[in-house]
Amino acid sequence: MKWALLSLLFTIATVLTGCEPLKVLDPKGPQAATQAKDIMLSIGIMSIIVLAVFGILIFMLTKYRASKQSKDYEPPHIEGSLLVETICVGIPVLIVIFLSFVSVQSNYKVEAKPAGYGDKEPLIIYASSSNWKWHFSYPEENIETVNYLYIPTDRPIEFKLYSYGPITSFWIPQLGGQKYAMSDMVNTLHLAADVPGEYMGRNANFSGKGFAENTFNVKAMSETEFDKWVKEVKKTAKPLTEDKFTELLKPGHLGQSTYTGTHLGFLPPPEGEHGGHNHGSGHSMNMEKDEKASETSSESEHHHH
Amino acid sequence: MKIDNSLPLEYSTDENSNKILGFWIFLGAEIMLFATLFSAYFTLVDRTGTGPTGAEIFEITPVLIETILLLTSSFTIGLGIHAMRIGNKKAMLAFFTITLLLGLGFLSFEIFEFVHYVHIGAGLQTSAFTAALLTTLGTHGAHVTFGLFWGLFIILQVKKRGLTPETANKSFIFSLYWHFLDVVWIFIFSFVYLKGMM
Amino acid sequence: MDFFDRFAIPNPSPVIYASMVAIGLTVIAIIAGVTYFKKWGYLWQEWLTTVDHKRIGIMYLISALLMLFRGGVDAIMMRAQLAVPDNKLLDAQHYNEIFTTHGVVMIIFMAMPFIMALMNFVVPLQIGARDVAFPRLNALSFWLFFMGAMLFNISFVIGGSPDAGWTSYFPLAGTDFSESVGTNYYMIAIQIAGIGTLMTGINFITTILKMRAPGMTLMKMPMFTWASLVTNAIIVFAFPVLTVLLAMGTMDRLFGTHFFTTTNGGMDMLWANFFWVWGHPEVYILILPAFGIYSEVISTFARRNLYGYKSMVGSMVIISLLSFLVWTHHFFTMGQGALTNSIFSITTMAIAVPTGVKLFNWLFTLWKGKIEVTTPMLYALLFIPTFTIGGVTGVMLGMSAADYQYHNTMFLVAHFHMVIIPGVVFAMLAGLTYYWPKMFGFMLNEKIGKLSAWVISMSTLLAFIPMFFSGLDGQARRMYTYSESTGFGPWNMVSFIGAAGLAVGFALIVYNIYYSTRYASRDISADPWNARSLEWATHTPVPSYNFAILPHVKSSEALWDAKKHGHELFPGEYEKIHMPNNSGVPFIMSCIFFVWGFSFVFSLWIPLILTTIGIFVCMGLRSFEKDHGHYISVDEIEETENNLRGA
Repeated sequence: MKWALLSLLFTIATVLTGCEPLKVLDPKGPQAATQAKDIMLSIGIMSIIVLAVFGILIFMLTKYRASKQSKDYEPPHIEGSLLVETICVGIPVLIVIFLSFVSVQSNYKVEAKPAGYGDKEPLIIYASSSNWKWHFSYPEENIETVNYLYIPTDRPIEFKLYSYGPITSFWIPQLGGQKYAMSDMVNTLHLAADVPGEYMGRNANFSGKGFAENTFNVKAMSETEFDKWVKEVKKTAKPLTEDKFTELLKPGHLGQSTYTGTHLGFLPPPEGEHGGHNHGSGHSMNMEKDEKASETSSESEHHHH
Repeated sequence: MKIDNSLPLEYSTDENSNKILGFWIFLGAEIMLFATLFSAYFTLVDRTGTGPTGAEIFEITPVLIETILLLTSSFTIGLGIHAMRIGNKKAMLAFFTITLLLGLGFLSFEIFEFVHYVHIGAGLQTSAFTAALLTTLGTHGAHVTFGLFWGLFIILQVKKRGLTPETANKSFIFSLYWHFLDVVWIFIFSFVYLKGMM
Repeated sequence: MDFFDRFAIPNPSPVIYASMVAIGLTVIAIIAGVTYFKKWGYLWQEWLTTVDHKRIGIMYLISALLMLFRGGVDAIMMRAQLAVPDNKLLDAQHYNEIFTTHGVVMIIFMAMPFIMALMNFVVPLQIGARDVAFPRLNALSFWLFFMGAMLFNISFVIGGSPDAGWTSYFPLAGTDFSESVGTNYYMIAIQIAGIGTLMTGINFITTILKMRAPGMTLMKMPMFTWASLVTNAIIVFAFPVLTVLLAMGTMDRLFGTHFFTTTNGGMDMLWANFFWVWGHPEVYILILPAFGIYSEVISTFARRNLYGYKSMVGSMVIISLLSFLVWTHHFFTMGQGALTNSIFSITTMAIAVPTGVKLFNWLFTLWKGKIEVTTPMLYALLFIPTFTIGGVTGVMLGMSAADYQYHNTMFLVAHFHMVIIPGVVFAMLAGLTYYWPKMFGFMLNEKIGKLSAWVISMSTLLAFIPMFFSGLDGQARRMYTYSESTGFGPWNMVSFIGAAGLAVGFALIVYNIYYSTRYASRDISADPWNARSLEWATHTPVPSYNFAILPHVKSSEALWDAKKHGHELFPGEYEKIHMPNNSGVPFIMSCIFFVWGFSFVFSLWIPLILTTIGIFVCMGLRSFEKDHGHYISVDEIEETENNLRGA
C-alpha cells in the first residue's frame, strides 16, 4: 500500500514537472546550470541509496516475518561482522568523497566570475534591500531602479548585496542561487544570463511583515537593447536625491520606479572604510559624508574588477 | 547512607561521589559558557563603533591587584581543603574566611573598575566591544558574588555541624568552583587585558 | 491605564479572543474540578512535589502531548492559509506569529519533553537504578521546563507572540524591527526551559556513569541508555551556548546593548553563528534518543539481539562530535567564501556515514529474525524508508553550491520535516506505545495503533513530498501568501491534505488512549512484549523503589539472559532501601521563575528584583536544609512485592 502510494506520488510529480519545468531545474545562466547539474547528479546517486534501503527492507520483511517461520524458530545471536560493517561504512564514504569533490569544485565555480564570456568586464550592480523593497544601483551607468532589474545577456554580472534592515537574501532561481544581504557588510554574488527573458527574483530570507511580497522582476535582454534602455532612463528619469531616497527607505511596499544617479554617493554601502568595524550610528550619520569622495571610491571599486 | 571510611570524607558516600562527578560535569558546561563569551568577545573586540578601544580604557594597576587577590584566594582555599582533609576544622574555617575576604577584595576592585569604565564613556550600551567586555567580566564577577554567599553558607554549616561527609562534600565542591573561577580569570587577564593593552 | 496597555495584544483577532476565553474557562474548569473532587492534596503530594523519575517522566509526557496539540494547531492553520493562492484566512502578522511559535513549540516544548519523558521513565529502569543521581534536581528540571513552556504559551494572549521566526535572526528580532514584547517571551521562556534542560544533562550523565547495576559495564548498557548518555553529553556542551546567546539577545532588546544591532559595531552574523552552534547539536539531541528507541523496538520485535552493537555506539559518538562541526551549513549563503563552505560541506556530508551505519545495522537486525509487526515496530519499519528520504535530501542540502538554491525554500522545510517527523515523532510514538503498559498498566489498542501509524506516515509523505517540488520551483519558506501565477497552488493543496491527514492520525492516537483506558485489560504481565532489557524485569506498575533487589547483569540483554539462559537476575536478600524525600521547593522555585520571567518580559523591574531574591532564597534554604531521605523497611518491601506478585 505504502509503496503504491509512494510511486503514485512520484508519477504525479514527474507528470507535473513534465508540463512546466521547476524553475531551479530550468537554468538560464551558467551558475544556475552548475547548480542544477549538481542537484540532478545528487538526486541520481541518492535515489540509488533510497532504492537500496527500500530493497533490503522489503527483502527482510518478506523473508523474516514471524508468520512465515515455524513456531519454534529461535533467531540466532549475531554480533555483527567486520566485513559487512566495512562495506556499510566504505560505500557511503566513497559516495561522500565523490560528492565532496563535486561540491568543492562547484563552490569555486559559483563563487567566481561566470566562465565562458572571455574577458568581458562584469557589470556591477549594487542590490540593496530595505523593508520591503529592492534598490538596484548601476554605478557605471549612474542610474538606479526600485523593484525591477534589467540586465544584459552574455555578460557576467557582479551583484553587490547589502541591506538597510533585516538580513535578506537575493535570489533569482533561474540565474543562480541566493546570497544574503546584510547591514554591516557587502556580499558579492556572481550571476549571468544566457537567454533573454523575464525571470522571478525575490528576497528569500524572512524579513517581517512584508516579506511575502518582497519580490522584483528581472528582465534579461541583449546588450544593445540594454544600452538603449540606459540611454532612455538617463533622458527621462528624475534624479535620485537624498530626500527621495530617505523616503524610499521607509517601510512599506512600492511599485517600480527609475532614477538617474545612485544612492551610493550620499549613502555609501558598508564596504571598505564603511564596513561593520567602523560603523557609527547607522546610515543617518553616513549621510553627511562627502559625496564626491565616496563617488570616486565606488568608481575605483569597479576599476580593479 | 553507607560511609566508606577508606575514602576521603568528601567522597565517602555514593551520594557524595555522585555530587562531585556531577559538579565536574557542571564545570564542563561552565567552560562552554565562558568559551562562548570569549568567542563573542574576540569577534567583537575591534568593533568599537563610536566608543573607545580596549587599549584606551584598560589600566594595569587595578587589574594586577585583582589578579593577585584572586590567585591568592585560590591558594588559600587549597590550604583550607588540605586542613579539612587532616581534620583541622579551625584552620579550615580560617582559610575559607581568608578566601572569601580576598574574593570580596577582588569584587570591590572590579566594581570600582566598572564604575570607572562607565564614567569614562565605556558603558554597556556604548558599543559591541564594551557590551562584550562588560558581559564577560560581569559574568565572572557574578560568579564570584554568588561564590561569596555560597562560601559563607558553607562556613556557617561547617561551624555549626562540624566536618561531616555532607559538609566536607559541600566544601570540596565549593573549592572546585573557586579554583575554576580563578582559571577563568587567568584567561581574562591574559587574553582580555594583556592582549588588549598591547 | 498606561501600565495595563502593555499587556494588550498588538494584533488582535477573533481567534485570539476566542482562545483567551477558552484558556480562561479551561483554567477555571481545572481548578473547580480539582476542588470538587478534593484532589488538591493528592495533586500536591503525589505529583507537584514528587521526585520520582517515573512520575516526572509521565508529567513530561503529558506536557509534550499538550504542546504537540498546540504546535499541531499552528501547523494546520499555516497549511490552511497556504492551501490556495491569495488566501485571506490569516494576515502576514498572524502567519508570522504562528510559524514562529510552531517552530519553538515543536522543537523546545514538544520534542524535548518527549525525549525527556522517555529518558526519565526508562533510563533508571534500564540500568537497574532506584532513581536518578539527583532526584530533586530532576524535579527542578521538569518544573523549569514546564514554567518556561507556560510562559511561552501565554504570549499569544498577553502582550503578543514572537514573530521573528524560531531562529530569531537579528536585526529582525531586535527592537528596531520587532517592537512588541513577543521576542522577549522567546528569549526568556527558552532561557528558563534551557536551564532545566542543562540540569537534566548533568543529572543523567552522572546517573548513567555512576548508578548502573552491578556487572553493567559501559559496553553492556542497552542502546537507549547509550543514546541518552551521548545526548546528555551534547546537552551539556551545547546548551551553555544557548544560555549566553539568549542573554545577549535579551540585553540587546531590554538593556540597549549592541551585540547584534546594526549600529555601534553590532554584528548580526554573530547571532546566526551562535544560534546554530547550539542549534545543530540540538537536532542530534532530539534524534539520538529516537535512534535509541528504534534500537530497542527493532531488536525486541525482530526477536534478535541488535546487530553491530559496537558500531552503533561508535557511530553515535562520532555523530555527537560531528554535530558541533557543521553549524555553518545553516547559512552557506552568508558570504564566507568557497573555502569555508567547502570545509563545512564535507563535514556535513560526513554525518551521513555514521547515520548510514545505524540504518544498515537496523536492517541487519531484521536479518534472520522473527519479525512481529506490532504498533511500535510498525512505526520503526515506516521510519526507515521515510527517514531515508529525509536523510538523503540532507546530503543534497550539504552540497553548498547547490544549497544556494535550496536555502530558505520549501525544499529545506520538506527535508527537516522528513527527518524530524519520522526520526523523532515516529520514535516518540513508538516509545509511547511500547512503554505505555509499563507506565500505566494496560496496553494501547493494537488495531487503532497500527491504523494511526499508517495514517500518520502516509500523511507525512503527502504533506511534505510536494514541498520538495514547490521549493525547487522557487517557493520560499515563511511566505504567508503567493499569487496564482506562481503555480505553487496544487503543491500546497496536496500539503494541506497531508496536514489534515496528520491531524486525523493524532486524533486517532487520542481516541486510542481514551478507548484503551476504558476497555483494555488490566491483567497484563510485567513483560508484555517479550522484551530483552531490565526495564521489563520489574513489576507493573513499577514500585517506587523500582527493584526490590538490585539486578546483576552480564550482557546488554539482561532480561533475555534470565529468560533464555537461566541467568540469575536478582541474587541476594531484601535490604532496607534508601529513597529521597519529596519536596515542594522545585515547584515553588519554578513558580517564582515564572513570575521572574513574566516580569522580565514586560520590564517590570521591581517584581523582577523581588523574584530574583526569591530564587536565591530558595537556593539558600536548600543549602541549609538537612534532608537525608527515608528508608523503606524490609517488611514494607516484602508486603509491596507480595501484593504486586499477586496482582
